Amino acid sequence: MTEAPERLTEAVAQQRGHIDVASFSFWYGKTQALRDIEMEIAPREVTALIGPSGCGKSTFLRSINRLNELIPGVRRTGEIRLDGENIYQAGMDVVTLRQRVGMVFQRWNPFPKTIYDNVAYGPRINASPKAAALEEIVESALRRAALWDEVKDRLRDSALALSGGQQQRLCIARALANDPEVLLLDEPASALDPIATQKVEELVYELKKELTIVIVTHNLQQAARISDRTAFFYLGKLIEMGGTQRLFTSPVEERTEAYITGRFG
Amino acid sequence: MPTMSFAPAGSAVPRQGPPVESPSIEGSVTADRIYRLSLLVFALCVPLLMLLIFVEVGAAAWPALHLFGLSFLTSSAWDPVKGQFGAAPAIVGTLLTSVIALTLATPLALGSAIFLSEFSPPWLRQPLSFLVDLLAAVPSVVYGLWAIFVMVPILRTGVMPFLRDTLHLGATPFFSGPAYGNSVLAAGMILAIMVLPYIAAVSREVLMAVPRAQREAALALGATRWEMIAGAVIPYARTGIFGGVILGLGRALGETMAVTMVIGNRHELSASLFAPGYSMASLIANEFSEATTDLHVSALMAIGFVLLIITLIVNGVARWMVSRMGAEVRA
Repeated sequence: MTEAPERLTEAVAQQRGHIDVASFSFWYGKTQALRDIEMEIAPREVTALIGPSGCGKSTFLRSINRLNELIPGVRRTGEIRLDGENIYQAGMDVVTLRQRVGMVFQRWNPFPKTIYDNVAYGPRINASPKAAALEEIVESALRRAALWDEVKDRLRDSALALSGGQQQRLCIARALANDPEVLLLDEPASALDPIATQKVEELVYELKKELTIVIVTHNLQQAARISDRTAFFYLGKLIEMGGTQRLFTSPVEERTEAYITGRFG
Repeated sequence: MPTMSFAPAGSAVPRQGPPVESPSIEGSVTADRIYRLSLLVFALCVPLLMLLIFVEVGAAAWPALHLFGLSFLTSSAWDPVKGQFGAAPAIVGTLLTSVIALTLATPLALGSAIFLSEFSPPWLRQPLSFLVDLLAAVPSVVYGLWAIFVMVPILRTGVMPFLRDTLHLGATPFFSGPAYGNSVLAAGMILAIMVLPYIAAVSREVLMAVPRAQREAALALGATRWEMIAGAVIPYARTGIFGGVILGLGRALGETMAVTMVIGNRHELSASLFAPGYSMASLIANEFSEATTDLHVSALMAIGFVLLIITLIVNGVARWMVSRMGAEVRA
């Protein structure tokens, strides 16, 4: 039995950062990567996407900010609605969408610029604020990413002089500087050591108070630790989605159980 | 005393191996040494050759440099009959034509590289890159010939009058005087075409090597395609692009044939780019066969020596700047 997608209450769905996915499919050339995804992502919660490699979870994540479009030969059907508005509708401004939906990648990718210029990049290209206002934005973004105390004395140093964990939190700060409503995290801690991972996880826990967070992870313990809801993808399909605790303790689908107990994946 | 060594696997060749070592291993150790030594000799040959050229040219240049001292670099006199030699016009001509060449070629080459790496449809990229690269394969004498019969007449009848009269740039000393055609400007322009493929090819490769992660980082922050290129791709690639420009500069400084054919070969300093001039390489090429006195030969050697030093300095400074920029990028 496939679990019928439980709808969020009207009050929750009205909040900023609500994502509603309706029969969304995606193809790379002739290969279908996503099949008819139906999903609702709640604001101010962490939603974890899990599943074996190649199951489509990263493709799905990158569909939420339309970053997949850059690859030639891709095709899609269905809708992804952000705050009730289909992000694939004609006339949707991709640039504005990507400001509203920030993204952090598996491998940290700061620009070869100073720490300050990295965080200021988004505001500069999108809003070009005055210098004083920009400084405030940068400080607040770095504070929200729990990095301010570590870098406040060396904002003009190269971002690449930071440790890996710091660089990844810098990338989170860089995304936050755009003041997004949704933050997409694509295995943000898979290349970090345990302490740096813990810092990122604590940060995610803090940030979900203000943002919708969607995280792709291969680490099931991580999904169990930090997410409120978990979605299990397999072969391009959304097999099961539910409250994280429920999904990990009493999965409805046999394949979900097989995956979370380590029988495949 | 024989001791067993417990060096970890993969450590260097054991120095004091146990005496039970088999002859075949000892043989391979000797072979290893011979191999390493002969490679060292090969590796040393190249800098040695460079040093030898440097010393030989320097020694041959010594009489002229000693006689004229610093005035060799600052004087404009060049009279083989009276034995007066000053290289200033040739030095200025070389530097000026190179600067003109880079000024014209760099934006064009960068534009071509950005188009080919970022905007070109995939089916167009290969053939167009090939055509740009092909520019580097044209012999320089062919460039010179084309310049004399096609480019210079256009300069004389079209471009120069336009710059001087229509745009009223003739009011400045740099674009004034009669339009002979053969000039510093003509040499700079033909050099621009010749160095363009080098700068374009290097820039294109460097731009295409910018990691996808950098591009996606910019796009995911709401950058447009152009903002991504200007704010993320080019800054990441700038060290390599700079390297390409320096490669072009090195080529422009030493280029002889095409420059000799259009620069006008007049040993005189002039502020106007329309005036004929001289470059160090073309001076040597024009006079080496007629140099009968020892001093004349020595003066030409001295010009060669100065050219050598200028290119060494340019390359040294470029290396230093690239490594500094690289350190900034990689930190």
